[in-house]
Formats: sequence, C-alpha cells, structure tokens
Amino acid sequence: MKKYSVFAIAREAMRGHKGWEEQWSSPEPKKEYDVIIVGAGGHGLATAYYLATVHGITNVAVLEKGWLGGGNTGRNTTIIRSNYLYDESAGIYDHALKLWDGLSQELNYNVMYSPRGVMMLAHNVHDIQVLKRHVHANRLNGIDNEWLTPEAAKEFCPPLNISRDARYPVMGATLQRRGGTARHDAVAWGYARGASARGVHIIQNCEVIGVKRAPNGAVTGVETTRGFIGARKVGVVAAGHSSVIMNMAGVRMPLESYPLQALVSEPVKPVFPCVVMSNTVHAYISQSDKGELVIGAGTDQYVSYSQTGGLHILQHTLDAICEMFPMFTRMKMLRSWGGIVDVTPDRSPILAKTPVPGLYVNCGWGTGGFKATPGSGHVFAHTIAKDDPHPINAPFTIERFRTGRLIDEAAAAAVAH
Amino acid sequence: MIAAFRIPGAGRLRQAETASFSFDGHSYAGVEGDTLASALLANGVHLIGRSFKYHRPRGFLSAGAEEPNALVEIKRDSARKTPNVRATVQELYDGLAAQSQNRWPSLSFDVSALGDIASPLLSAGFYYKTFMWPKSAWKNFYEPKIRAAAGLGVAPDQADPDHYSARFAHCDVLVLGGGAAGIAAALAAAETGVRVILVDEQAEFGGSLHFESGAKIDRQDGFAWAQSAVAKLKTMDNVRVLSRTTAFGYYAQNFVGLVERVSDHLQNPGRDLPRERLWQVRAKRVVLATGAIERHMVFADNDRPGIMLASAARTYLNHYGVTVGRNVGVYTANDSAYAAAIDLKKAGVGVAAIVDLRDNPTGPVIEEARALGIEVNFGRAVIRAGGKLRVSSMTVQPKNGGGERTIPVDAILMSAGWTPSVHLFSQSRGKVAFNDETKRFVPGAYAQDCVSVGACNGTDGLSATIDEAYAAGAKAAKDVGANAKGNKPKVDASENWSRGMLGAAPGAGADTTVKAFVDFQNDVTAKDIRQAVHEGMRSIEHVKRFTTNGMATDQGKTSNMHGLAIAAETLGKPIPQVGLTTFRAPYTPVTFGSIVGHARGPLFDPTRKTAIHPWAERQGAVFEDVGQWKRAWYFPKAGEDMHAAVDRECVTVRKTAGLFDASTLGKIEVVGPDAAKFMELLYTNPWEKLEPGRCRYGIMLREDGFIYDDGVVGRLAPDRFHVTTTTGGAPRVMNHMEDYLQTEFPHLNVWLTSITEQWAVIAVQGPKSRDIIAPLVEGIDMSDEALPHMSVREGRICGVPTRLFRMSFTGERGFEVNVPADYGQAVWEALWAEGQKHGACAYGTEAMHVLRAEKGYIIVGQDTDGTVTPNDAGLDWAVGKKKTDFVGIRGMVRPDLVANGRKQLVGLKTKDPKVVLEEGAQIVGDSKQAIPMTMIGHVTSSYWSENCGRSIALALVAGGRDRMGETLYVPMPNATIEVEVTGMVFFDEKGERLNG
Amino acid sequence: MLLIRCPYCEEERPELEFRNAGEAHIARSANMAGESDDDFEKFFFIRSNPKGIIYERWRHMHGCARFFNAVRDTVSDRFLLTYKAGEPKPAKLPGASK
Repeated sequence: MKKYSVFAIAREAMRGHKGWEEQWSSPEPKKEYDVIIVGAGGHGLATAYYLATVHGITNVAVLEKGWLGGGNTGRNTTIIRSNYLYDESAGIYDHALKLWDGLSQELNYNVMYSPRGVMMLAHNVHDIQVLKRHVHANRLNGIDNEWLTPEAAKEFCPPLNISRDARYPVMGATLQRRGGTARHDAVAWGYARGASARGVHIIQNCEVIGVKRAPNGAVTGVETTRGFIGARKVGVVAAGHSSVIMNMAGVRMPLESYPLQALVSEPVKPVFPCVVMSNTVHAYISQSDKGELVIGAGTDQYVSYSQTGGLHILQHTLDAICEMFPMFTRMKMLRSWGGIVDVTPDRSPILAKTPVPGLYVNCGWGTGGFKATPGSGHVFAHTIAKDDPHPINAPFTIERFRTGRLIDEAAAAAVAH
Repeated sequence: MIAAFRIPGAGRLRQAETASFSFDGHSYAGVEGDTLASALLANGVHLIGRSFKYHRPRGFLSAGAEEPNALVEIKRDSARKTPNVRATVQELYDGLAAQSQNRWPSLSFDVSALGDIASPLLSAGFYYKTFMWPKSAWKNFYEPKIRAAAGLGVAPDQADPDHYSARFAHCDVLVLGGGAAGIAAALAAAETGVRVILVDEQAEFGGSLHFESGAKIDRQDGFAWAQSAVAKLKTMDNVRVLSRTTAFGYYAQNFVGLVERVSDHLQNPGRDLPRERLWQVRAKRVVLATGAIERHMVFADNDRPGIMLASAARTYLNHYGVTVGRNVGVYTANDSAYAAAIDLKKAGVGVAAIVDLRDNPTGPVIEEARALGIEVNFGRAVIRAGGKLRVSSMTVQPKNGGGERTIPVDAILMSAGWTPSVHLFSQSRGKVAFNDETKRFVPGAYAQDCVSVGACNGTDGLSATIDEAYAAGAKAAKDVGANAKGNKPKVDASENWSRGMLGAAPGAGADTTVKAFVDFQNDVTAKDIRQAVHEGMRSIEHVKRFTTNGMATDQGKTSNMHGLAIAAETLGKPIPQVGLTTFRAPYTPVTFGSIVGHARGPLFDPTRKTAIHPWAERQGAVFEDVGQWKRAWYFPKAGEDMHAAVDRECVTVRKTAGLFDASTLGKIEVVGPDAAKFMELLYTNPWEKLEPGRCRYGIMLREDGFIYDDGVVGRLAPDRFHVTTTTGGAPRVMNHMEDYLQTEFPHLNVWLTSITEQWAVIAVQGPKSRDIIAPLVEGIDMSDEALPHMSVREGRICGVPTRLFRMSFTGERGFEVNVPADYGQAVWEALWAEGQKHGACAYGTEAMHVLRAEKGYIIVGQDTDGTVTPNDAGLDWAVGKKKTDFVGIRGMVRPDLVANGRKQLVGLKTKDPKVVLEEGAQIVGDSKQAIPMTMIGHVTSSYWSENCGRSIALALVAGGRDRMGETLYVPMPNATIEVEVTGMVFFDEKGERLNG
Repeated sequence: MLLIRCPYCEEERPELEFRNAGEAHIARSANMAGESDDDFEKFFFIRSNPKGIIYERWRHMHGCARFFNAVRDTVSDRFLLTYKAGEPKPAKLPGASK
C-alpha cells in the first residue's frame, strides 16, 4: 500500500494523477476463506481490517450485495459521541471514540473526524433530570459530558433559539466536546483500503442467498449470487438485512427494520459550529465541511426495506429544526434519502456469538451505528478470532432478551410524566 | 432605453415595460417577464458566479432549473436574504437586488481563484489523502480553512418574517410538466370531466415551446397554442392549473409533493400572501411529462462565461429577445444546436462556425444552416476555449487529430444531446432502461400508477409526443372511469431531433492537465472521473461520491450522464453495467419553509391547557411543559423566587390546605359487564372484590414486566371504573388498553372512553380540605365513616355534577374534585373563595412533587424509568398474588428480573441536612475508587423539604432495601456527598394525617 | 405517506390517521404465567421482519380507532390486503408476487 501524503499528491500532480494505485482490489471470490464477513459497510470492513491487523487473520472475504459503504454507512448523519448512560453502552461507544481519535493516522486515510462537540438539548424538567443523570454517570465513567445553561448553549451554538417564548424552550443542554462528526464514505473506504492491502478480499455485487451448515449444525459457508463460498466462520454485519441473513441460518432475531431518513441543505458558508440533538422535538443537525446542513429525521413507523419514507417524517424534523433555528426557513433542502435501520427491543446492538457454531452477528445498531464503527469492528473481530466475546461486547448478547438483562438506553430516558 | 443585447422585435416580452434591478451594486434595466439571467444577458453580463472548488469564473449555462453556475443571493431586506438562487429561474421585478457569491473581494477578481493554479494538487478526493499530520491540525487548522473556503452562499442570520402555506389535494389525473406533452395530456383528461391538476415549474406554460420556433399546433405558433390551451384549461371547473410550481418528490402510492412559488417574483408581495405553498397531492393517475434536458459538450475550458447550452441561447433569443453574443460559435453532436445557429443568424447575429463532431450528418437543419451561409464543419471538435472572464475563441481540430484552427467567438452554444428527465419516474421507484441506440435511459418497468410521455419517455418529435400524451391523458381518465370526447391537437409543423453523444469529447484530453468540466458547480472534470476509476472506484456511486460529480445544487442534471459514460469508457464496460445513480427527492432544492408551512411557533405543536389555566395565569403562575400540557409549576408571590414559593406552598398545604389543578391526569372510563375482569388483566392488582364506591392504587405493566403506568382507580359501580393515569402516559395507556381489548380479549364486554378532557380535576389537600369542600357539596356525606380515605362518590358541587374522590397524593386528608371541564374554572374559583377563609394556597407541580416525595409516593417516569419492576419499586403489595393472569405476569419473573442485586427504590438522607442532592446524581459504595467508578444507583427525586427541615431524596440503589442505614457516597465534581440509606417515607411515617 | 384501507371504515385514508402496531398473528398465550422463558422470548421479542410479505397490525387511530391487520410488501410498501382483527391469516393474496 503506497502511503498517502501531501508529498504523494504533489508527486502525482506532476504526472496527471495517473500513478495512484487502486484503493482496494476487486478480486474474484476464492472457493474458501477462513472467515467470511457478510456486509461491506463500515462495521463489516472494520471487522475485516482488525481481523487482519490485530489477529493476523487475512484469509478473509467481505461479501457485499451492492457497493461497499453503500448502506447505512453512506446514508447517515455521521454523528459521533459516547455519552451514553449505562456502563455497557458507554464502554463500547467510548472504545469507538478513542479509536476515532487517531483513525486517520491509523488508516493513513483522512476520515475527517472532527470533535466539534455534540450538544443535546433539554426542553423540560424531565429532560433535565435525564440528561443530568447522563452527565453524572459519564463523569464517573471517565467520559466527558458537561451541563450548559441555555445561555452557554447559545454561546456554543449561536443560531440556537433560546427564547423563553419558544413552544418548547431550551432549558439547558449537555455538551460532549469530544463528540462530533466524521466523513462517512472515507471511513468505509479507509477500512477497505487497509483491509485490501493486507489481503482481505472485498467482493462487491455478491449477494448472500443462503447459509450452509454441516449436519452438526456448524457453519460451512454461504451460497451467493456468485456461487458457494466456504468458511468455517461467518460474521453477519448486514444492518437492516441482518435478520434476513440470520433467517437463512435458521436463527430468528429480535429485530425489526425501519426506514430512517435524512436530508442535506444546499451548501452555505460556515454557520453551524457543532452538532445539536434534541430527542424531545426530534431534531439532529450539523454542518458538513462542504457547507451542507446535515439533518437527521426519525424513523417511519412500519417495517420496510424500501429505503424510502414518507414526506411527513421529514416535515416533522424540519418543523423542529426551524423552531430551534428560525433563520433556516429560507434554506433549501438539496437531497433527501432513506436507509434501513435494524432495531432491537432495547435499542442496543447485538454483537455476539449465536446458537449456530461458527456464526457471529453484529447488528441492531438502530439509528446510531455509525459512531460505533471502529469500536464495533474491533471487538467483533476479537469475537470471531477468539470465538469468544471481548469484555466490551460481552453484555451485548442475543440471550439477554430471554433473561431480561437488557441494556435499555431508551427506557432509561422514559417518557415525560 | 433598450439594453445592448436586446434585439428589437425578437422574443415575446413587451420591451417597453422596464424594470430596474441591481447586480453586485450595479444598476441595470430589464423588462417585465425577464428572468434575472435574461436581463443580465441583455446587458451583456455573462460573468455571474464562481465555482465551488477552483473559484473559476462562470457564466450562464442554461435558461432553466438545471443551472449549475448562476447562483446568486437575492436580498429583499436584512431578514429576507435567500442564498443560492438560480438567476435563470428568478423572475425579475422592479428593484430586485442580487449579489454574486463565493468570491472575495469581487466577482471579477477573486483571490481564491489561486486555487485554480494549484488545481493539480486539488485532484479528486485529495482531501482524503492529506491533512493528517500532525493529528490535531485537522481540527485546529485544516478543517476550519476548508470549511471557510467551501459553501456557496451565506445563510440568513435572522428569523424569516415571510410565511409559508400548505394545501392537501386529491385528483384523478395529475400531470407533471406543462410543455406540449403535459398540456395535451391534461386536455385529454380534462375534457372527460375528471379532476385534473396540471403543474409546471415555469412562470408560463409551454416548456420547450419557449424556444422551438419551428413548432405549429392547431395552426398557431407552438407557444401561443400552449397559452390558449392553458387558458382553456383554466376555465374548466374540474381543472386546477399551477404555474411556478415544482413537483419535487414522488412518494409511495401516487403521493406527490409540489412547491408553488407564490410571491418571490413580485415586487411588493402583500403580507397576506405566503412566500410559497406546499401542495401534497394524492392522485389516482399521474402523467409524467417532464421533458428532457440538454447536455453540454465536455472539452477543455468548456466553463468559460459565454459558453452555454444551445437551447438556452435559443430561449434567450426566441422568448426574451436577447442575444447571448455578437459572434457565436456552435459546438454540437446533434441537430438541435443547428436550430440555435439558424435562429440567431436570422436575427442578425453573427455565427462564426458550427463545429459538428459527427462525420456526415444530413438533414434539413444542416441544409438550412448552409443556405444561410453559416460555416459548417463535420468530424471536428472544439478542443479548447479561449478567454477567462468571457470566452474569446474556440480552437477547432479534426476529431482524430490534425491542424488546429482558432476562431474568435464571444459565445459558444453547445449540445451533446438530450437527457430525458426521468427523475420523478425514478423517484416513483420505476426502473429505467438504457436504450443503446439513442444513448438514453428511459422509463422501463413502472412501480406505480403513472405513465411517462414525450421527451421524458424518449419520444422524439412533436407529433409523436402529442399523440402519445393525448392518448395517455385519455387513458388515465378512462382508468378512473371517464371516457374521452375531445379533439386531439393537430401538429402542423415541428422540429425533430434526438441522439447525440455521451461522455468526453476529444477536447477533454485523454490524460493531461486540461480541465474539461463534467460537473460545473463542483468542478469535476473528465480527468477526475478517470482518476476515480483508476483508484478502484467501479460503482458509479463510488465515482460520484469520490469526485462529487452530480452532488451540487443542480444534482447532476447536466452532468450525470457524461460522468457515467466517462466512467464506463474507462472501465471498458457498457453503460448499464456501471449503473445509474439513484434519483432522490427533491427534483430541485426546496425551502425548509415550504415544507414546514404553518408549523412554527405556537403551531409547532398543539398546546394543551386546562380549564383552570386562565385563573393560574392571572395569579402569575409559572408554567412548565409536561408533554403537550402547560402545567402551573409554582405560584410566586411578590418577591418570591421559586424556592421560596415552593417552600410556602408545601408548608401551607400541611398546615391548612392547598388547591392543585390535577386536570392533566389521564382519565379513562372502563365500563361494561366485564369491566372488572378487564381491569384484572390490565393491572397487577385484584379488582373483582373492590367495592363500588372504593378506590385502589393500580399498577400497569407492559408484557415484559416493567412498570408502564400507575394511578388511582375508583369503582363507581359494579360495571364502571374511573381510571386515572399519569399525565404523559394517558394516550399510550388508552392505546395499550384498546389493543388488548380489541385483539387479545375481544370476548370481554367492555367499553373504553377517554375522559381526560371531560373532567377538570381540582385536588384539595390538607387538614382543612373537608372544611373547604363541604359547604359546596350536595348529596354526599363527607364524614370519615361515609367517605373514608380511598373512596369515591357521585354527587353535586356548586350545583354541577361531581365525582368526588377522597384520596391523597400529599399524605394529608385530601380530595380530588372532578367536575365537567366547562365548570372547572367556576368550581375552582368557588373552592378558592372557600379556601381563602382558611388560609389555603394554590400550589403547583413542584410543591406537589415535594409533598409526595415527603411521603415516598413515586412518580412513574421519574422514580421508575422503564427498567423497574413492581418489586424494584417496593410495590410488591400491589401485585395480586393469587391472580393467574395479567399483562406482565410472565415477563416480570424472567431470570434477570428476579435476580439478586437489582436496583431498588429507597430513601436517601444527606449527612448534612442542608445539602440537596442533584437529581440524576450517581451513587457509589466506595468513594475512594478511581474512575471509572462502580456506580450502584442514582438519585431519582431530590428536594429541599421545608416541612422536614432538611433535604430528602429517593434513589434506585442496587440491593437498596438491604442497605438500610448504610452510608453511601454521591461523588460530585467538587465534593463527595455522604448519604444514608433510609426508608422512603420522610414525613408522618404512620400515615396519621390522612385522617388528620 | 402511505394510503391505507381501513376494513372497518371501508375507506382508503392517509397514513397520518393510523398507527402501526407491529407484527400480526402473534397470539398471547392463554396460559401466560406457565410459558417458558424461551416461549416468552419468542412471543415478545422475536420478530419475523420479512423482506417481502409482512402481516402487520394497524390502528385507525384518528378514525374508527379499531385495530386491524394488513398484508404489505416491505420492499415496495404496497398493501395487498387489509382485514379485520380476529380474521384468520388469508390463505391467498391478491397479486402477490411470491
């Protein structure tokens, strides 16, 4: 792998940029691999990368039904934070956050991790109670998260409307300064390049249509649109399609897949310095390096694989955005799109071994998977390599729904009394 | 005065109707009906903007919505600035003020254009490969620089004074696009009498008839026919005609979003006019008549101002009466650009030469061009354009190489062919198919009840278009049950072209450093696309994202097909195998305001107010938001802060009495022969044996065994329960009950009625409560014997019906007076008058919270959080032990829910009674441990209790009930607070005051 | 925004009037207290989440307030059928591709 640098760019500029190597190769699939990863999104590619770099397992194929990074990795609003309430969640998201810091250097690919600060707004007494509970838990877990008055919130994010006359006035906010955004495509591409350089095969346009198991139940490989590919370890990292793949292996999952929409505005000069989230009015907004306001909406209410959703969902989100930032009504929506998010009953992911020997699953990230990408790949690689979960992902089992040991961040936020 | 480039007699505008406007501070004259673009061109202004990355000078490429270059800021006043307005679409009004964007210090001298010189370094995706060292420099140095350089216009910085409107509409046939095809389809459908909506984005209907001087329909000039046909449609009751209206999104089940620009074209829009109006239309059938968009030629420096689409130059001439130059060159790969040359020549404009990439094209337009004396060159390419702020020449070379010849020109009109506008078809989830012969993606398989007609369907020629469109309009009407009876318009003369080429022309340079632009706004060149492919990007989606081709504000309307073709050629694959990027809404950018409409300020979300709200407002209450409700939080007297007010309210309630507006509590009436059975199933408690007239505190679980809601339930009669819920929980509890009743227990004969809004609820609590109420009550024996704690009676108060509950959420003797909401304020005022005699106060939600915490009463949603079982909350007593079924009975005994060490609700007392804990603060057993600490619980409720003379708190603590008396620690940023685990009752532990 | 036919009102109405209520035909056990942990998990947590035909529940919240069942293709979001609560899973679907 030839190193990227400003000197490499200068060198290539001299010869019309014809000397760049392929960022990743596009090989024909082999008959068999040590490990197959189903799904070449950020999490799947990161898993392959860490299998190669941390565990020395390079005979790995990452199978992708479309194009790599084309699912939720390329469709999200790129928010990164780790200020979760429960130890288990804080553990995995902060593991990821530590990896984000330095990921560009690790991958030699500028993923543009930008710790511009993530602010979460409180609009009522109940929000204050919930968000302060987070602040205190985070502090004792060693995770930065601070409480801001409305005035301090406005100082950090000048467009914010803190008028007491707002329908839901801002009563305070939390701020995680290490939170921020990254460049989503670059994450997928950087991991793909790093994995490919170490011998991992990334096979695009290769859809898994069956999971093969031996008489003893263990996985032997997968049927694909490009033929059978053998492997004794298969990791499913297929986001919205995870339950479809797991069903092929005979494992029914506690998952439902919903449309999640997002939109960007036309690009404008810098106007929005951080990330702002409001769970109460359902608004998530930041500004990309290109200048677009990046706005996340809520999910539609029904299961769907259509990658589209209703206009009323975007409407609801823009209502909230314009209520908090009244100067943005004249801004224009440039592009909107939908992803498919797989949601578990407790809104926390599953990163675990499965009842099927050799089959592993990493799914259920719901609306918040992007931020976990490096950490998720890192511990999932461990789980596959060692056939045993890393301590960080050990709580994120499938069995927790049977035993009741849930990690319910959403329930912890409860509903206003 | 006629502007220099306005040709007398040309075009359709009345040139006497002038309008003055300014651009970058210079004043100009235009005429009514101009766009900002045509008015500037009439004044010889081509330089209109700067590109995104290299800050290259740019002119007008188009005359329509596909424009990538001509983006300006329009400023009506300081609060009404709109960035990124396409000058080719903005209609002129007298006094319009426009500014160029993304340049400093001026449009003609832009310092950032230095980026153009450094451009070899700024290759596709360069930012992924550098700016990584040192690590902190990205955030502190590189990123701020990049952000400052990026972006186009400037966002408004004040709240928008304009308003936006919204309409829903239903129709039988929705026709999208008001060119010849759309008008024909609308006529056919309208004549049958079905409900038709016809939509076009431009100010005037006609589409390409704006420039097609050769079209004649029903013996009229094509554009004139369009106007008369639309005039006819407008007179029909079953037809709605919307101009200046863009169909931006095609959603499931023929749901189409339209934005109508109502007043952006007006000089002084009245305050009652919305700026824009969103239409959400549900149509039985949709006819897509969205036309086609001309593509540019890809050659070196094809972005110089003055180089534009041939059809744009024709539009400026034939509609606006403006020539885009005095000595124009034409570069084409299809016939349509000839018509531009011919029209200009006939208008007296010099045409230097036509350069045609094709080897030996034939046809009437070519003959006509020659006959007019225009030089026509076949098999040749324009390999580069000269000039900087304006094109000055074109250099021509045989396409397979050979001698160069440079021809001076002041404009180049180009056409590589036409791309069918399949955007909305694709949004409808239809699948496009590639026609290799015509090099076009056209509609293939349909996913919804729609049909494409005319140019967007790949249909060439006006006759065929009108035939197809008219038939489609008639069929759409027939599909919804109406038969056609009108006359199809007759095409007497038309223009005809198709074909063209895709991808890079010879002038794009096979490698080298030339800049042959594919995507103008984002500065994507043919070379960038080739580089992306060389770097391993094999999917067109990767190429798009890596190069940003097609991701600018024009969303690739002119660039996508070229980009795809160049990628396909580089990969050596046929175009369909490389794929087409997805078309997503919106078709053109749509303001947030139009989507939001009226949902701003008070209309952002409904505000619910109780019957007693106006009284509380008059008393100066401070309100808090609880869900959609406004609740009185506290009632400060002069000079009191919140703390003082709450202390006074709490003390007064326990000393004499207090009135509290509890109307927001959810209330559901459960009625029917099986009402008790139903209650047994929905609540953990036993209900069968509850006597009519008595009340019980009920707990509702979800099926998974966690507490979902709680409230006091009164049994009014054997078959009638009055159920109360939490304020926030009312709708979901009702839904939960209905769900079980309708789907799991449909055999139960029960009716559920939400009565939250029917009853106002006035809590009167305190030792004097009975004295306050009794004088106003009729028909209810208020003695302790007749009306003991936790009982309910129906009777009258102040002459109106009441359901009078004897219950307490304060631990004092207490009542909750339910009266019909219409009488709520009157009864409150009567009770208030009585209360005044005893020194009672009004108290708000904060005092209510303190008072209940003093008694250890929990608040679901605050002391429980969706992970708490009845046992965790110390409410095991409320779970019917003999019951064989209720919702949650199985979930609550799952292994982890009955395991040791679960968090249990307990009381906490700070060692220093003056210290009030913070709600949400975390609790540890060992304060000396290092971070990350092991947290064993958190504070759920915490208050200063004036009645106890100390702080009090409730907390969820692991194994809490086994820790009574234990010292635990609450580490705060500045100090660690010592606390003692206690029971949950801090006041009147024996509960004597309930009857006090 | 979907257009949904309420089988009680016998009318197509916009999605705004409805609330989705999850997968259909998951019966609550008559002997709930006696269910095993596994059975409870299947009942309450495991979902088929099909890519294709889904049987799901809706409530005509802002209409007749009735719960009913629908058959929908989760790839196209097209409704094949709606029917009243309590009616059996339809054996045949109109226009089903698979």
